[in-house]
Amino acid sequence: MKQSHFTLIALLLMIAAFTVATLFYSTGLEQAQSDRASNNSAALIKDYSVRAGDPAAKVTIVEFMDPACGTCAQFYPFVKQMMSYYSGKVNLVVRYLPLHQGSDQMVAMLEAARKQGKFWEVLELMFASQSQWTVNHVAQPEVFLGFIEQAGVNVARIRQDMQAPVIQSVIQQDLADGDLLGADKTPTFFVNGKPLPSFGYKQLQALVEDELRANY
Amino acid sequence: MTLKKQAGAQQSLAEQQVHWRLIFVAWFIAALSTLASLFFSEVMNLIPCVLCWYQRIFMFPLAVILLLGLHPVDIRVARYTLPLAIIGLLFTLYHCLLFYGLIPESLQPCRQGVSCADDSMVLMGFLPIPLLSLAAFAIISAVLVKVSLLARHMP
Repeated sequence: MKQSHFTLIALLLMIAAFTVATLFYSTGLEQAQSDRASNNSAALIKDYSVRAGDPAAKVTIVEFMDPACGTCAQFYPFVKQMMSYYSGKVNLVVRYLPLHQGSDQMVAMLEAARKQGKFWEVLELMFASQSQWTVNHVAQPEVFLGFIEQAGVNVARIRQDMQAPVIQSVIQQDLADGDLLGADKTPTFFVNGKPLPSFGYKQLQALVEDELRANY
Repeated sequence: MTLKKQAGAQQSLAEQQVHWRLIFVAWFIAALSTLASLFFSEVMNLIPCVLCWYQRIFMFPLAVILLLGLHPVDIRVARYTLPLAIIGLLFTLYHCLLFYGLIPESLQPCRQGVSCADDSMVLMGFLPIPLLSLAAFAIISAVLVKVSLLARHMP
């Protein structure tokens, strides 16, 4: 056998082994993740969680998110558009997974804004201005508080309500539930309790459409 | 005269074959290690610790440069790859000493982030990644030392 053929075959064999091992391993991983979600379904939704959409909708998206996460901000318009497109059939539950430094303060602001009925307004402003109040992936809550009034909230009350100890216990509970469910990145989505097979817009849309077909 | 020349040419052809095989072994291990380490990080989602990163820095180029030394066979490739292999070997020796606790915890350079010495380093319950890395760098270094010695007798 020519030496060059020998090298080529060795290289191809290695790549083939890598591909097969990858397929094998990721299938097992997907299965484990999906088992984990179904075994811990009680951890998916809590009574205190923020919801959007018709409560009677038969398809529920649970999103674990972090206000300081860039991908969450990029996904936001897509999720919002999907919610309005399937209006009445899909609802959304927001869980907090503040993995960035300083992010828990941003979550506290959201919870404080919720008391004024301005949760979504503040979240939209946060995502739209994210680059202004994050420096090297560290959230700067004071910077955002400097222009939070653009969302139409009472800033003094936000500052006061942010300190409520209950907010920290909500965050701890959400983090613990995320841990149980294997949600260790943001955003992590579950649709009717099922995790995405792999991360992406298309995968989220496909899973939502599967569940719509199964339930309507 | 012509006979002598022919004998010389034949000998060098046989020699070339030996060189090629040695370089092939080194390349094969380097390529295998490269793919394995990519599998650990990209498929198994193990986050490489600091020492793992340094070993990867010295392993990945070996997979490329040794391949170039195979086609056409170039014995001088040892000159360019042996230093990389030796430095990698030093990092992996240090990593193994840390992993087996022969260097005290307090000297550990990578306490922030991923630990270089915890159980996530052990595959399937019995195969420590630092040991695999040690084996790979040791074999590659030994083979390349042999190639270097052979190259010294070349004109």
